[in-house]
Amino acid sequence: MKRIEANHVSAWYGGFKAVDDVTLAIEPKQVTALIGPSGCGKSTFIRTLNRMHEVVPNARIDGEILLDGEDIYAAGIDPVSVRRTIGMVFQRPNPFPTMSIRDNVSAGLRLNGTRKRSELDPVVEQALQGAGLWKEVRDRLDRPGASLSGGQQQRLCIARAIAVQPEVLLMDEPCSALDPVSTLRIEDLIAELKDQYTIVIVTHNMQQAARVSDSTAFFTLEAAGDPGRLIEVGPTSKIFTKPDDGRTEAYITGRFG
Amino acid sequence: MSASSTLKSGRLGHGQAVGAVGAGVAVTVLAFWLTPLQGRADFGVVAYLAGTAGYLLAAARTEGRRSVVDRLAAVLMATTVGVCLLALGSVLIYTAVRGLTSMDWYFFTHSMNGVGPRDDAGGAYHAIVGTLQQVLLASLIAVPSGLLVAIYLTEYGRGRLASLVRTVVDVMVGIPSIVAGLFIYAFWVLGLGRGFSGFAAAMALSILMLPIVVRSAEEMIKLVPPSLREAAYALGIPRWRAILKVVLPTASAGITTGVMLAVARVTGETAPLLLTAFGFDSIQNDPFSGPQSSLPLFVFGQASSAFGAAVDRAWAGALTLIAVVLLLTVAARLVTRRNRLV
Repeated sequence: MKRIEANHVSAWYGGFKAVDDVTLAIEPKQVTALIGPSGCGKSTFIRTLNRMHEVVPNARIDGEILLDGEDIYAAGIDPVSVRRTIGMVFQRPNPFPTMSIRDNVSAGLRLNGTRKRSELDPVVEQALQGAGLWKEVRDRLDRPGASLSGGQQQRLCIARAIAVQPEVLLMDEPCSALDPVSTLRIEDLIAELKDQYTIVIVTHNMQQAARVSDSTAFFTLEAAGDPGRLIEVGPTSKIFTKPDDGRTEAYITGRFG
Repeated sequence: MSASSTLKSGRLGHGQAVGAVGAGVAVTVLAFWLTPLQGRADFGVVAYLAGTAGYLLAAARTEGRRSVVDRLAAVLMATTVGVCLLALGSVLIYTAVRGLTSMDWYFFTHSMNGVGPRDDAGGAYHAIVGTLQQVLLASLIAVPSGLLVAIYLTEYGRGRLASLVRTVVDVMVGIPSIVAGLFIYAFWVLGLGRGFSGFAAAMALSILMLPIVVRSAEEMIKLVPPSLREAAYALGIPRWRAILKVVLPTASAGITTGVMLAVARVTGETAPLLLTAFGFDSIQNDPFSGPQSSLPLFVFGQASSAFGAAVDRAWAGALTLIAVVLLLTVAARLVTRRNRLV
């Protein structure tokens, strides 16, 4: 189980600074929630954790991110291997439209060289069971991934992410495009997955952060156009009952954001 | 119409509409009978205008201004669709009627070897072989290179080189086909002394195909949502594999449409073939040596003749050409159907 330490991380899109000087430790086998108002940099920050930030043209970062002590931005580190170790689930379900359910789940392995059906099939079943989708789709693994409902598609994306057996799972607002029932299923799933993975979840929904996370980090920005900053981090129970900072309290009690 | 409700309005009944159009046509009949107006085409145009006017007047009397405008727009759209279908349909039907008279098994299995212009014999086998080989070779050159250029432009191209490439491709779209033929004629046929051949024709055709393939593939690749690329990267899939296995399959239906447009465009090209394939009356199965025929050249040659038998062969050749393009398009659709974006 991997521990992530972010030290003085700042992130830019071209000339715009989106995240300013964030230092944060993410403990293994725990769920860490990143909360805060829109534009506070929480999504940008989570994308720096598996080097997805640099996929955007002209995006860059400063500072270091240590995965069990090894800087993932050091010279000679291959971003492709970083992303195999640190998986990601996105805001909108994005199954590959040309692939079947089975092929979607095995995409990470197949496109990295494993071809044998006999090796892939057990992984597909295991990942779908891990994502709580196996019972619903086992009879129609050859149907297109896009034929599933929104909530099922998101669980398919989670299955796809865990099929490559990452150590860490990043979730960028995984429930924001889903209905309450599907959201509940994903939240239950997160609770099950945290025995095996270090999980970081970005969420707009404070109740969700309170329900699923062990520790919570609160980000905010002073004004539109300012970079987002980390205000406070601590055990979820403490952040939601007696936060140290007045801005955290104002946000969680609904006075802004 | 009830004065108490502002939601209700009058409605032009179906019978009323037919009656109004009929009245317009009747007025036209009357006008052509009583006044010096005459001519079948003139009658058609005047009857159409009068019928439309009657229809819109009836609508204006029973309904509001908005629905009259709506009906006018509907009439205009139906008219333009009708005119387009009429033009397309008459080309197809006329070609089919003229072409079918001399199209038989003999036509598809024999060449023009030793057939004189007045003989009611001969066929297009040599031309079909030539067209298929030339278009296939042209596609083998233009489709892979065009796809690679499109991938470069969408996925890698930044800055001045990319905009230069884009401009060159745009300029290439406008190259007259005879210029492409002239270039291969000067460079390959004469310059390198390789002589006329099906392959020379394929090179000229590939020059014409390339920009169409590049532009359509570029547009289709741009339509692939960035979230799919991100999903692939987040699985630790290297960029080139993500492009090959995720981006291209997702765009494949659209790319196929573009390729088929390019194929259809060059299959009917005649001018560049005159300078490269040159045309040949016998069967030439080797596209790399010696002049070769092709369907457009066959049609051109036969249609230039003064004799009825040759002109009939030209119509049959034209119909064959249309059928070849249609078959290629249907085949390409079937191959990529399973990859359609859901």
